[in-house]
Formats: sequence, C-alpha cells, structure tokens
Amino acid sequence: MRVPVRCQHNRQGVTDLASIPTSGAVPDTVPPPAPPSPLPSPLPLVYRTKLAVRLWHWINAFSIFVMLMSGMMIFNAHPHLYWGQYGANFDTPWLTIGNRMHEGYLRIGSLEIPTTGFLGYAAETMRAFPPTVTLPGHYNLSGARQIHFGVAWLLGVSGTAFFLYALISGHLRRDLLLKREERSFAHLWHDIKEHARLRFPKGEAARSYNPIQKIAYLGVILILIPVVILTGLTMSPTMDAAWPWLTDIFGGRQSARSIHFLCAAGFAGFIVVHLLMVLLAGPFNELRSMITGWYRLPKENAPKENAK
Amino acid sequence: MTLITRRNALVGGAGLMLAGCDQIIASPTTQSLLKIGEQATYGAGRIVTDRNALAREFTRAEMSPIFRANGTLNPGTAEYNAMVADNFANWQLRIDGLVAKPFTLGLAQIKAAPLRTQITRHDCVEGWSAIGEWTGVPLCLLLRRANVSSSARYVVFHCADFYSGTPYYESVDLIDAFHPQTILAHHMNGQPLTVNHGAPLRLRVERQLGYKQAKYVMRVEAVASLDGIHGGKGGFWEDHSGYQWFAGI
Repeated sequence: MRVPVRCQHNRQGVTDLASIPTSGAVPDTVPPPAPPSPLPSPLPLVYRTKLAVRLWHWINAFSIFVMLMSGMMIFNAHPHLYWGQYGANFDTPWLTIGNRMHEGYLRIGSLEIPTTGFLGYAAETMRAFPPTVTLPGHYNLSGARQIHFGVAWLLGVSGTAFFLYALISGHLRRDLLLKREERSFAHLWHDIKEHARLRFPKGEAARSYNPIQKIAYLGVILILIPVVILTGLTMSPTMDAAWPWLTDIFGGRQSARSIHFLCAAGFAGFIVVHLLMVLLAGPFNELRSMITGWYRLPKENAPKENAK
Repeated sequence: MTLITRRNALVGGAGLMLAGCDQIIASPTTQSLLKIGEQATYGAGRIVTDRNALAREFTRAEMSPIFRANGTLNPGTAEYNAMVADNFANWQLRIDGLVAKPFTLGLAQIKAAPLRTQITRHDCVEGWSAIGEWTGVPLCLLLRRANVSSSARYVVFHCADFYSGTPYYESVDLIDAFHPQTILAHHMNGQPLTVNHGAPLRLRVERQLGYKQAKYVMRVEAVASLDGIHGGKGGFWEDHSGYQWFAGI
C-alpha cells in the first residue's frame, strides 16, 4: 500500500499533488515528472517553518519546561488531588503520590502502584517528585511559585500573540486545521497505522504536517495551553472573586487544580512523543528546520524497485 | 565494582544541571525579572478585579466536614496562656498607627459590634482548600471609626503567636482592608473561635491565600510603608521564606 498523497497547498509554485492517483500500488515507473517540481536526488531544501513559528516553539520549549518543573515543586507541597470545591487532608483524594519511608507509591482511587525510585521516594528524598526534576532543585514552595507565576506571563503572552498570528496570517487555517479530505475516519486510521509502523510522509508529502501531527499540535494550541492557563487562574482566590463563572466551568477550585495537573501530564506526554518523533524523523533535519526554517524533504522510498 | 550505574549517571547529571539552574534562579537578574512578574500579577489582579468583587459564599451543605487547622496551633506563650485561662476577659485589640483616633476594644465589645457571617473557601498556598463559616466584625467599621489618615497605604496585623521565635504578622493594602468581606472573626462554624484556629480573633481576607489569614490578632496598625516593620516585606512568611506579599494567586 502506498500512502495516499496529501493535498498540498500551493506554496512556492508547488503543484497540487492531490491529482495524482492516491491508491493502489506504486507504478513501477515513477510518474512523469511534473514540470514545476521534478524530484531530483537529493531533494531540495524547502523553507518550511516561518520565523514566528520557530520563535514561539523555542519560547515554549523554555517556558513549558520551566512551568512543568516548578509546577512539580508546587505539587510537592500537597501531593493530593481532589474533585469539587474543597479538599484537604481529611478529605478523600482521587490521586496521591506518597511514600511509606523508602517506598514511593502513586495511588489513583483505590489502585496503588509502587513507584520507588521515580515518584514518592527517589534520589533519597521523600517527596512526590524528586528534586532532580523540580525547580528549584530542593523543597522551596515560595521560590517555585515565584518562577511559575513569572514564566506564566511568558507562556500566556507569547501564546496569545502566536494564536493571533496563526489566525491572521492563515497559519492556523492553511497549515494546522485538517483539510477536508483529511477529516475522514479512513484517512486518519491510515495515518495512525503509518505512524504505528514508523513510516512517515516522504517527498512533497513531508512539506506539510500530517493529520495526526496536526491533531497533536491543535490539541496543545487549542486545548492544553488555554485550559492550563484558565485552570491556573481559577486557583487564584482573587481571580475567583473577579470571574466566579470560570471556577464554575471547571467544577470548583480543587477540580480546577486536578485538571491543571492533568494538562501538565498532557504536556509531558506530548513532549515525550514529540521528541521521539523528532528522533525518528531525523533530528538534524528537524532541528535545522526549527532553527533556520529550511527543511530537506525526505526522499521517497521506492519499495517496488528494491523488491527482488 | 561499578558505582556509576546508568540511573546514577542520569540522576547525577540532572543534579549537576539543576545545581546550575538553582544558580541561575538565585542570580540578581533572574530575581529582578521574577519580581517584575510578581508586580505584574498584583497589578493585573487589581485591574481585572472590581475592588469590591466578592469571594464566593457557600451554603452550610457545601462546608468541609473537617476544617484543617494549620500554622500555629497554639501560641503557648505565658501571656497567651494567661489570656486563655481567663477566657480572654482582659484581652484587648488595639487599633492605631496612622489614624486620627486610636482606640482599644475588649472581646465583649467586638462581639457586640455589627456582625458579618460568611461561608467561604480557605485556600492554602500549599494547594488544599477548606470551606468554613466565619462570623466577625467588618474591618472597615473599625478603620472608619479610627479615621485612617490619607497617608496610610497598608494595614498591618500584629499577632500573639511566634514562629521560630519571631512574632507572626501580616499586612494587606487598603483595597483589601476596606473590602466588605474582610472581617476580624471571633466565631467559626457557629462556635467561638478555638485556640487552634486563632482565638480570640483572626483575620479573614477572603481574596487571598491562607497565610494572610492572621490568627491571634492583637493589634491593627495603619502604616504608610512596610519598611521597618520586622523584616520589611509585610509578613512573617514574606520575611522568612520569600512568600509573595500579594497572596491573591
């Protein structure tokens, strides 16, 4: 099976490849080269990542790491999560990261998972998150709060600016939102299978984001970042007085705190997968594209030619 | 014997990196940048919040079954023990500083003053919350009676408890001091305030975190500046552990 060729937007005079047959075996002969874009070997560098995107990416790479690390230190001050308006030591948490002396555990509901060496007890410290991953690198709630609320401005302001840019410049519509033909279940399922086989788009198809990639980025831009900021605001008693409806949306301050933590877990999960994808897709090429904007399209495999 | 396992190397490497991070955080440049962030948070909080915006009030059915007591649970000084022994009969609250008419009030007089009862959520800086009912005298009534000078900018609460040998105190700006829900509470959940919750009188400043809710309040002082009061940062935790003076977030 061949990857269906994705619809390309016309940028820099590239022919729309959607007209090329999208199913069936690859013809033994490469289709006659389209006049504006023959595929020479090696494929050319293309300008794929605009400055605003690159800038915001690196601001985020900094701010989200700092927010996660200082956030883990803040969590250490009370490593229990609750649902509802209130929740303290006498109430029942839905999640706890704790320890019995030198045994760490993560408890979700009635399920207890031993986590010694990672959570609860690690690096010879009886804390939910070990000092090796927190900022500051020792128990310091006021210091972590100062960092968290300072860098929150960077995350919030740059995120808002980027969103406006993406909306106005067309980046959101052109590069991030799924094209009509990408919105079908069959198309997405195919993309999921290709990802599972670690087969990524090649050639011209690699010029734009693939559907799963778009969904991941949209999830961060449209869900994780707004929700993490809004639940963060909801934990502020001053903001609760100003905007009580915001607290209601999340079902109370302790629910908001739980959702804030789940968003943080979402960011952590995204970063793991994101870095893995960069490694699999070619870290040099990916890094060059995120630093300079220029990306070398990966060469098309020609499996039929190599067969036998 | 191999002592460098992969995990050790990872943990050690991360440790070195974090030691570097801690140095960067401690540098004056970073600290002044973070201070700008703190000022921005305070300023933005004041801009988006109506100065009289009320903290949410709850019903009795929504209260925490047990309200956790935190911080000092008993001042335990000879003076305080004597006050507890005679049920605060000789206890007095002093209101002074930059006011035209300083005065003192006994507990019976405070209990006879106009009351406000509110069921509110107490949010600790650590992250937990508890909902309880507080009854007391609105602070604005006492401040108006004392006639606060126009040069005053903050109200300082001096307390009877000591934390690691230093007197506990807190302060708020005049916006929160005159806020309708800012009360000096003498009852909690319908009962006279217990020692572990700050008897006989504690501050409730409902749009800020728990460490602002000073217990065992003995004196209310109007001041123009927080400089020169204990460590000068406006509160015990602010002086000793660098907690933010504006605890609205």
